Amino acid sequence: MSVLDLTQDSFDGTIASGTTLVDFWAVWCGPCKMQSPIVDAFAEKNPQVKVCKVNVDNEPALAARFGIMAIPTLAAFRDGELIQRKVGLSSMEEIEDMCK
Amino acid sequence: MDEKGFDILILGAGPAGVSAALTAHARGRSAAVISADPMASPLARAGRIENYPGLPGRSGRELLAAMVGDLERLDIPLIVGRATAVMAFNGRIMVSVEQDVYQAGALILAAGAQQNARPLPGEERLLGRGVSYCATCDGMLYRGKRVAVLGLGSGSEADRAFLEGIGCQVLYFTGTQAKNAEIQGQDKVSGIAVDGAVHPVEGVFVLRDTVAASALLPGLEMAEGHIAVGPDMATSVPGAFAAGDCTGRPYQIARAVGQGNIAALAADRYLKERET
Ligand SMILES: Cc1cc2nc3c(=O)[nH]c(=O)nc-3n(C[C@H](O)[C@H](O)[C@H](O)COP(=O)(O)OP(=O)(O)OC[C@H]3O[C@@H](n4cnc5c(N)ncnc54)[C@H](O)[C@@H]3O)c2cc1C
Repeated sequence: MSVLDLTQDSFDGTIASGTTLVDFWAVWCGPCKMQSPIVDAFAEKNPQVKVCKVNVDNEPALAARFGIMAIPTLAAFRDGELIQRKVGLSSMEEIEDMCK
Repeated sequence: MDEKGFDILILGAGPAGVSAALTAHARGRSAAVISADPMASPLARAGRIENYPGLPGRSGRELLAAMVGDLERLDIPLIVGRATAVMAFNGRIMVSVEQDVYQAGALILAAGAQQNARPLPGEERLLGRGVSYCATCDGMLYRGKRVAVLGLGSGSEADRAFLEGIGCQVLYFTGTQAKNAEIQGQDKVSGIAVDGAVHPVEGVFVLRDTVAASALLPGLEMAEGHIAVGPDMATSVPGAFAAGDCTGRPYQIARAVGQGNIAALAADRYLKERET
């Protein structure tokens, strides 16, 4: 499944149902560039999970709402509830565990 | 392969890293060395070196400058900056240096002894909760806020200037003040204690030349504070090798140079096996 870019307007509607993985990132962040292909590969392997990105520069309100203090930060939601959150670069296995 | 891709990436431009780079080069591999200021290696502080063959009575600084000069002589790229994260993915190893990412088929960790990476009080607990190792990665999240920069290695003035430039109010500490700082906060950073005074801050940038190897590459097996390696310098992460002081004692130039050579030969063999 392709990766969706979320905004303030689309965020709540998207995470409301099912399992969603959100990658908080920014263009100026080196480790985010390493996270991105792994998240893309996870999306490919796990079509049942909605995989999304939030650009913290364009969406400061979302970054503030989730208290993002370092990127990359990954957050997993189930039916609108935050179930897991991890700061720093995550491996494929770690992402799979987060979304279990 | 994109422009930032190499056969072998080497982390650290001390004796082990330079030796590994020379051997990788001799094997026809494209290699690049990533290092914080190479002249900040502990070797630069050594007086006369009397136990390294063929070059009697040189100072550590002279020896180090000659070694780093070998990289230039052979056009082996030296990328000066701090590596903050390493990740193996899809048969490649990626390394982030500030805002850039480099990748290779194999990695040689030659990052030196890790004693300088000993965490400060509060550092590990609050990592990612206000504690950051990378100003250019996380600085933007602290625009308009008060932060502390702890310059525990080389080059931290540039990070201070970067943070000020994007609108942070920066408290800057170096030397023993930085070494003895204590990071405070419950579930996120609230302040920093330096010389008995507590300064309220929302972020603390802890900037060392060395990031603890286990934090740099999650899953890397350690043994008593050093990177665990086999006889061919292979670590527990496929494609990642290690050499020099980061693998254990004695901390000596000759050992570092020898291990750098073994690691590069093993990395070359590893790549060859996967090419066929
Ligand atoms: C005062 C003193 C005297 C000494 N005298 C002798 C002697 O007489 N004989 C002898 O054999 N040995 C001596 N040594 C020991 C010798 O200096 C070391 O054994 C040798 O430098 C180890 O080489 P290395 O390549 O493993 O690591 P280092 O020389 O420590 O090089 C590691 C490099 O990696 C860089 N680095 C690490 N992490 C990162 C990162 N995350 N990002 C970017 N760069 C990174 C560091 O900045 C450093 O430049 C002495 C040491 C000291 C301090």
